[in-house]
Amino acid sequence: MTARVHLGHDHVRHLLRQMIRIRHFESKCVELYQAQKILGFLHLYDGEEAVSVGVMEALAADDAVVATYREHGQAIARGIGMDVLMAEMLGKQEGCCRGRGGSMHIFDRKTRFYGGNAIVGGGLPLAVGVALGDKMQGRNAVTACFFGDGAVDEGEFHESMNLASLWHLPVLFVCENNLYAMGMALERAEAEPGLARKAAGYRMTGTGVDGMDVVAVENAARSAVEQIRAGGGPQFLECRTYRFRAHSMFDAQLYRTRDEVETWRRKGPIARFQSWLVQNGLIDAVEVHRIETEADAEIDRAVDFAEAGTLEPVEELERFVTMEAVPA
Amino acid sequence: MSSEVLMPALSPTMTEGKIARWVKSEGDSVRAGDVLAEIETDKATMEVEAVDEGILARIVIPEGTDHVAVNTPIAVIAANGEEVPEPAARPAAKPPPPEPRREPPRDTGRAGNGAAPPASVALPISEPEYAGKTVTQTVREALRDAIAEEMRRDADVLLIGEEVAEYQGAYKVSQGLLQEFGARRVIDTPITEHGFAGLGIGAAMAGLKPIVEFMTFNFAMQAMDQLINSAAKTRYMSGGQMSCPIVFRGPNGIAARVAAQHSQCYASWYAHVPGLKVVAPYTGADHKGLLKSAIRDPNPVVFLEHELVYGESFAVPDDPEFLVPIGKARIARAGDQVTITAFSRMVKLALEAADELAKAGISAEIVDLRSLRPFDIATVVASVKKTNRIVSVEEGWPFAGIGAEIAAIVMEQCFDWLDAPLRRVSGKDVPLPYAANLERLATPQVDDIVAAAREVAYR
Repeated sequence: MTARVHLGHDHVRHLLRQMIRIRHFESKCVELYQAQKILGFLHLYDGEEAVSVGVMEALAADDAVVATYREHGQAIARGIGMDVLMAEMLGKQEGCCRGRGGSMHIFDRKTRFYGGNAIVGGGLPLAVGVALGDKMQGRNAVTACFFGDGAVDEGEFHESMNLASLWHLPVLFVCENNLYAMGMALERAEAEPGLARKAAGYRMTGTGVDGMDVVAVENAARSAVEQIRAGGGPQFLECRTYRFRAHSMFDAQLYRTRDEVETWRRKGPIARFQSWLVQNGLIDAVEVHRIETEADAEIDRAVDFAEAGTLEPVEELERFVTMEAVPA
Repeated sequence: MSSEVLMPALSPTMTEGKIARWVKSEGDSVRAGDVLAEIETDKATMEVEAVDEGILARIVIPEGTDHVAVNTPIAVIAANGEEVPEPAARPAAKPPPPEPRREPPRDTGRAGNGAAPPASVALPISEPEYAGKTVTQTVREALRDAIAEEMRRDADVLLIGEEVAEYQGAYKVSQGLLQEFGARRVIDTPITEHGFAGLGIGAAMAGLKPIVEFMTFNFAMQAMDQLINSAAKTRYMSGGQMSCPIVFRGPNGIAARVAAQHSQCYASWYAHVPGLKVVAPYTGADHKGLLKSAIRDPNPVVFLEHELVYGESFAVPDDPEFLVPIGKARIARAGDQVTITAFSRMVKLALEAADELAKAGISAEIVDLRSLRPFDIATVVASVKKTNRIVSVEEGWPFAGIGAEIAAIVMEQCFDWLDAPLRRVSGKDVPLPYAANLERLATPQVDDIVAAAREVAYR
């Protein structure tokens, strides 16, 4: 770990807390899914928390985020309230998208969170466009665009990398390489499995980082964002990570062994960071317990909020198909 | 032996052009490949090269002559030393086209039908009659002026697409815009439709108002995912938080002799999608007024143009505040015995068919739909209640087309007023063939419209 990030007590506690909040929030989602309160597709981020938590630390309030259908981690780390997130999962009017988006389509105007995109690769050109909008309107903002290793095989990845670099737009491309595009192993899908190397084809700096190490991700993201904000053009960050659970809720995981999953679990971002903190005296077991308890209490409140929420009435069904004016 | 140099066709749709300049003079010797003259069309300037070696014996059409029809002899090349007899008479250049007829848009003032309509249905909209100054210009110029006026009015409007800047537009619609607004707002893209369509949508979500030009809508299929999944749905999926004020525009439909992959009408494809607005105008005024409305609209608008209409001239309002509301059809010709609906270039054919029908004593009312989503049901239904008969005309394929939708609307809303089943005139159910005879057979013709109207009129 480098010295770029100041690992003061407050900061390390914050990083750990964010990862725990995401992990516990999703555990609750699984419970609610099994109770058939959350339906449809539910893509869990279990194992990848260090990526979104580390990258978000590098962003400012005016920056923008474009994510995928596996975006609960990004949403929480970006600061969207668990209450409106959970209400969205439950399809309630109080949800951040008034129940129209669900798990895969989280949007939040306040934090400039542009989805929640359930088409693999679909968010990339949008992110480049958001960056163009910011640049043309004189905002010195960076757009962080999250996508998986599967998206790298879509034409949109290449079109977006080219346009962003060609026009020197402030985009941080964050590839969450969890080694499987659904069930397709990276080496079965890629002629060049070194994803960070692809950036060179677009004259872009490509950096590979251990995506299970939240401090390493934060460092790399801070360095990249700093250069982008200084006018250095887009950057590509490959975060090597692993998804502990199924692709979605229904997945027999025939494409990998239990041993492989267990090996990765031992390297998990929370277990690893937490034990490192404890060993080095930066945090103790009591404080960890307090973080967990507080997260669980926050999640319980979010569930209560969501359960108590109302269903959109039928008169609202067609609302927002088109609109009379751009929201202020 | 002498040979004639004929006015060349520089594009599949060129019918005439102007001799801008003779590069060679009478008496000059020329070799194959030498540039003889420069020809201008409304789309491009091109050079005419000599095919044979010899002497430029005679320039038949002097430079500066406009409206020279394709295949008119413009010069004679003689073999070296050969005498060339004077022709009996120089072929006359075609006279300039007559001033087009234009009926100003009018408000039919019809109300909707009761219950709150879905988003695909237009609410009754009043459209004030325009009584101001007009200029005669081509549709191509009207589109350019609409873009330029809106770009002057709103600094967030920009034009993005292939060849929109340096090339001045593949179909010359964006002529002069780079010079006026600069490369920051008139942006050439690589050939990357999926990329630049999505980029435009992202930019719209971030607060800009992009006009995305597709060189033709055939290429927009590369970007279909972004148009449908991002542009049309994001506002709804986000519960109204995100908006996408964007225009996708370019030529749509069947041009001339460009075969299956470049000849297709996408009207029904886009009109199917909630969250999009779709317009397909015919007149110059409607192109201008609807494009300006589309640019100002807070929703994504698919603006379907037509290559064969770009060069047509109309009286166009010369007023930066002239707008045509989206969602409002226009009675292009009033009549009381049969309703004919059409949009885009098919309006022209429908009007010609109405002339033919009038000779046979049949009074046709031509409804220029202009907007396909939201759809002006009220105007169509009111017309059918008056005429009791309806023919729909479109270039696209028949199955699940706009005509099919109109048939459903008429069944649901004015079945009891019908004296005959609706007839559809559409493109044939085949990929568009290249050969001229086959292409003609596959494309709606005036005669098809006349025949369909006579059939529903039982006359």
